[in-house]
Amino acid sequence: MSSTAITPAPVPLGRRIKRFMADRPLIPLIILLVILVVILQLLRPGIVNERWIANTIKFAIPLAILAGCQTMTMLTGGIDLSVGTVATMSAFIMATQVVNQDPAVAFLLAMMPAVLIGLVNGIGVGVFRVHPLIMTLGTSLIGTGCLQVYQRTVIASGAKIPDFLAWLGTGVTWGFPNALLLYVPLAGLIVFTLARTGFGRLLYAVGDNERATRLSGVRYWQVITALYITSSVLAGITGLLYIGLIKAPSLSLAEPLVLPSVAAAVIGGTSIFGGRGGYTGTIVGALILTVLTTLLTILQMPEGARRILFGLIVLFVTAAYLRIVEDK
Amino acid sequence: MSHFLRRQGWVTGLFALLIILFIVTKVIQPGYGSGDFGSLARAVLPYAFAVAAQTVVVIAGGIDLSVAAMMALTSVTAASMMAGASEEYALFVVPFVLAMGFVLGALNGVLIVVTRVPDIVVTLAMLFVLQGAALLVLGAPGGAAAEWLKAMISGTVPIPGLPDSVDAWVPKALLVLVVCLCVVWIPLRRSRLGLSIYAIGSSELAAFRSGVPVARTRIIAYALSGLFAAMGGLALTMSTGIGAPIPGPYLLASVAAVVLGGVALGGGKGGLLGPIVAVFVLRLVRTDLTLLAIDPNVTAIIEGLIMVAVVMFGAFITMRGRQ
Repeated sequence: MSSTAITPAPVPLGRRIKRFMADRPLIPLIILLVILVVILQLLRPGIVNERWIANTIKFAIPLAILAGCQTMTMLTGGIDLSVGTVATMSAFIMATQVVNQDPAVAFLLAMMPAVLIGLVNGIGVGVFRVHPLIMTLGTSLIGTGCLQVYQRTVIASGAKIPDFLAWLGTGVTWGFPNALLLYVPLAGLIVFTLARTGFGRLLYAVGDNERATRLSGVRYWQVITALYITSSVLAGITGLLYIGLIKAPSLSLAEPLVLPSVAAAVIGGTSIFGGRGGYTGTIVGALILTVLTTLLTILQMPEGARRILFGLIVLFVTAAYLRIVEDK
Repeated sequence: MSHFLRRQGWVTGLFALLIILFIVTKVIQPGYGSGDFGSLARAVLPYAFAVAAQTVVVIAGGIDLSVAAMMALTSVTAASMMAGASEEYALFVVPFVLAMGFVLGALNGVLIVVTRVPDIVVTLAMLFVLQGAALLVLGAPGGAAAEWLKAMISGTVPIPGLPDSVDAWVPKALLVLVVCLCVVWIPLRRSRLGLSIYAIGSSELAAFRSGVPVARTRIIAYALSGLFAAMGGLALTMSTGIGAPIPGPYLLASVAAVVLGGVALGGGKGGLLGPIVAVFVLRLVRTDLTLLAIDPNVTAIIEGLIMVAVVMFGAFITMRGRQ
């Protein structure tokens, strides 16, 4: 009996890299982000400096928070398309109410529609079992209508951006955008909630197998209602931050962020069918999209070509990412 | 009869709702006549095609977020090709644009099948791509439409042997809609392919195991959606005489009417008739609100409320039925 040593066949390097990346899905995303920044630097040498980074982060934060709403709702197999409307509403109400009211009162007034829309979304999806896509589209339609009616009543009083929000949205201290003061705890809270708390685990459970979750005693509608209210409140806060950044209240302020927020969550590896994903990937996804937008702006292409490239890159990145993660 | 009613209960209810709405309209505006009906039919036309496009895909168990962008692209293509060209040239433009819609729709399907990325994401990405392409074709609203195309949807159809008062209630736009939809839908519904589309919508796995070519069927469903969207784009150009690169509110409207029309999101249920009737209902509600001199912004709120209420009601009924 010759003892043939059972040495495992050497795994080819390419395969090993692939497996390594599949185990840590964040790494290919960060590599992509770095590649994009390098391309940017090559195209326009010297552009990547402290100021540029601060600026990119400033614009990525609102997108990242909204993408957080999408991540959480997508974990349960849903989606929240009303975030754009909610953010716009809270921003617009804040900017118009602060003219005559105490900022704290204006803040409460601004968050009211957010809570309300979240509650309606949650009841529709959780109790009546309406498809989240339809439910949130419907409430966003209602919200936009209400906002237009509201606009008529305040057209005389004008609008102003509270100094605090402008400081938070655009200010930079020691090279760090002030918005990070809000965002870092918020992001930490979302990551912590998803990974370590019972509520977070319930979200994954509901998305993975709703029936099993309900049969094991989870009150589905309560989870969903709490989820959509959280998502709406986050969107409302985003609106306040965004108005400080853009400084021009309008009725479609945050609308252009909705579809990119879905894209950011998807690029970040959250499954749109629920049960899989997390917030850290989404943050990188939001950064990738923001850098990508800068890149496309710098290339000075016509608007049309820019949109085409944006769409194609989102599709390509998502497809490539799925390949890497699923080919185990 | 009772069997028919039970199967078509939702559509029957919608028809009843439509008739009630017509009566309400007549009460609000006693002068509401055939002319107004004609303009309703013209206004419905692009919406109806958008809804048809969405319906096919939803029945197949998917969703198409690129419907409105596809309509914008086909509309500007048609308008810019016809600008300054002869009337006969439009005879070539129409099939070309329809083929373009079919191919781009098929591209949607191919991307979904090949990349295995969820349909929502693929069609979302395609939304950006098609929008961009529309902007490249035509930077600002412009172009032109052939006269005979514009004439095709204005006025009424003279039917020999019927008095004018009856003729007046058959607008050409309605006829165009019915013919275009029937030419595609009826053969489809009766074919093996149509059955396959319903099958993959009900249960992809079961369909696959019974030998349905799932990938091919899905691609064809998206291609048909593109074809309907191209018809919608042409209808836009026909009714406005120009092409506009910014998509209209057709995506939201199409999803709303599909759900209102009794097609289950998730697939495998419903037909084309329900959503089309639903479009008429939604447009007529809008007309009524305008006739009542209600602020158009309040109209948006009411439309949203109706949509949400109807969907909740529908979901509630299905829940009751299951228990």
